[in-house]
Amino acid sequence: MSNDFYTLKVNGENHQVLDAWTGESLLWVLRERLGFPGAKNACEEGECGSCSVRIDEEIVCSCLVLAGSAIDQEITTIEGLAPEGELGDVQQAFIEAGAVQCGFCTPGLLVTIDHLLEENQNPDDLTVREAISGNLCRCTGYGRILEAVQIAAASRRGENHE
Amino acid sequence: MPVTVARSLDDALSALEEHPNALILAGGTDVMVEVNKGTRPVEQVISIGRVPELQDWEHEGDWLHLGAAVTYTELMGEELSSLVPALAQAARTVGSPQIRNAGTIGGNLGTSSPAGDTLPALFALNAILTIRSKTTVKEVPIDEFITGVKSNSLNPGELIEKIRVPVLEGPQEFCKIGPRNAMVISVASFTLLTDHQEKQVKSCLGTVGPVPIRPTEAEDFISGEVNWEQNTVRPEVLDNFAALCSSAARPIDDHRGSAAYRRHAIRVLSRRAASRVFSEEIS
Ligand SMILES: Cc1cc2nc3c(=O)[nH]c(=O)nc-3n(C[C@H](O)[C@H](O)[C@H](O)COP(=O)(O)OP(=O)(O)OC[C@H]3O[C@@H](n4cnc5c(N)ncnc54)[C@H](O)[C@@H]3O)c2cc1C
Ligand code: FES
Ligand code: FES
Repeated sequence: MSNDFYTLKVNGENHQVLDAWTGESLLWVLRERLGFPGAKNACEEGECGSCSVRIDEEIVCSCLVLAGSAIDQEITTIEGLAPEGELGDVQQAFIEAGAVQCGFCTPGLLVTIDHLLEENQNPDDLTVREAISGNLCRCTGYGRILEAVQIAAASRRGENHE
Repeated sequence: MPVTVARSLDDALSALEEHPNALILAGGTDVMVEVNKGTRPVEQVISIGRVPELQDWEHEGDWLHLGAAVTYTELMGEELSSLVPALAQAARTVGSPQIRNAGTIGGNLGTSSPAGDTLPALFALNAILTIRSKTTVKEVPIDEFITGVKSNSLNPGELIEKIRVPVLEGPQEFCKIGPRNAMVISVASFTLLTDHQEKQVKSCLGTVGPVPIRPTEAEDFISGEVNWEQNTVRPEVLDNFAALCSSAARPIDDHRGSAAYRRHAIRVLSRRAASRVFSEEIS
């Protein structure tokens, strides 16, 4: 890594980060430098999960990742869950269940739930609650989010629903 | 090069030799909170979270060697939770899945907070830390490493390489009180280990003093009262044990709880932990 730039791989593509301050978080760099505004900033201290992204095979808070340390890793943001202009199955399920109100928590939840369903296509209620326990939602009361997870899980299992 | 992403222990140590005062970054879950707030200066950073030697752990005879960059998620895994159940239970209560994926045991030690949830189990286990620099290596007992509230004996140019703990025979418990279920900083915690070989109870109080506290009087008392063949105790022994634990606490009043509440919490937690580990004799 040289003084003036480093490279981050976001949603499968390499992006150069130029003239950055060393202390910038991944969340900041994604939003302000690389044009990925999907991950949201609500606390910058790891409490809310609205900045959740996937790094390699793990969900982390991007506000707590030093951007310059995330080189040579696969970073997946909400923008990478479905091709441009299309909806992923979890996104579709959120719409069907009416799981979005203000929407601030939604990108983080979608990334988290997408990862959960990749590991487990038949999660029980407790597993889902545990998986999303780091993603705060101040609007919905979670009922419809839990419903959306089950809709998406069913569609990943290849089952139809009404 | 302001950020070095070390790929081997030697990488990390060489970088540290060159920049002895560099910021060591593991999971970032303590460091970045401060960096984001602007309260932690960042010039040189050495990222050690992806150093294989530090991410590994090894079970060797009666000992477990944990690399400093082992995460909470790893500690909670099946293998480690059967080897060091109290440590795994403590890991299970840290933050959220996101925090546990990133946060490491070495980072918990590095921060040396009185509320650090792995510290009481490490004190009860008499953990030994391997502290290494490019040219030196030493073994430091945990109670000499942690020297006060958020302070430790690490010198510039050094890092925590490994943490060594014994694998004990017998049940273990970790209990923690905080204001809610997920994502909670401890108000008081209690760790209890049993060593059926040595017929000893080892325990530690968390968050009720500047550093974790071993209630030695309580430990000696209950160790002598346990029926080690049956794994039972008389109910009044539990009460006395809890009273002794609570009087060993040195809590403070702060925004998370009063000293009196914390002392009471220790009484409840210690009795609860002991009654989970030992069956009560029916008289
Ligand atoms: C939302 C949230 C919830 C939390 N909940 C809890 C909780 O319930 N219980 C709890 O105990 N903690 C909690 N924490 C604090 C934090 O997650 C832990 O202290 C964690 O163990 C820090 O590890 P890290 O790898 O992220 O450390 P970092 O932030 O990377 O580093 C922490 C400190 O340790 C030093 N350091 C790291 N590794 C080494 C090493 N190998 N050698 C020398 N120095 C080193 C760093 O220089 C730094 O000073 C929480 C934090 C957040 C943001
Ligand atoms: S913005 Fe990262 S957890 Fe809230
Ligand atoms: S929809 Fe508003 S925070 Fe979740």
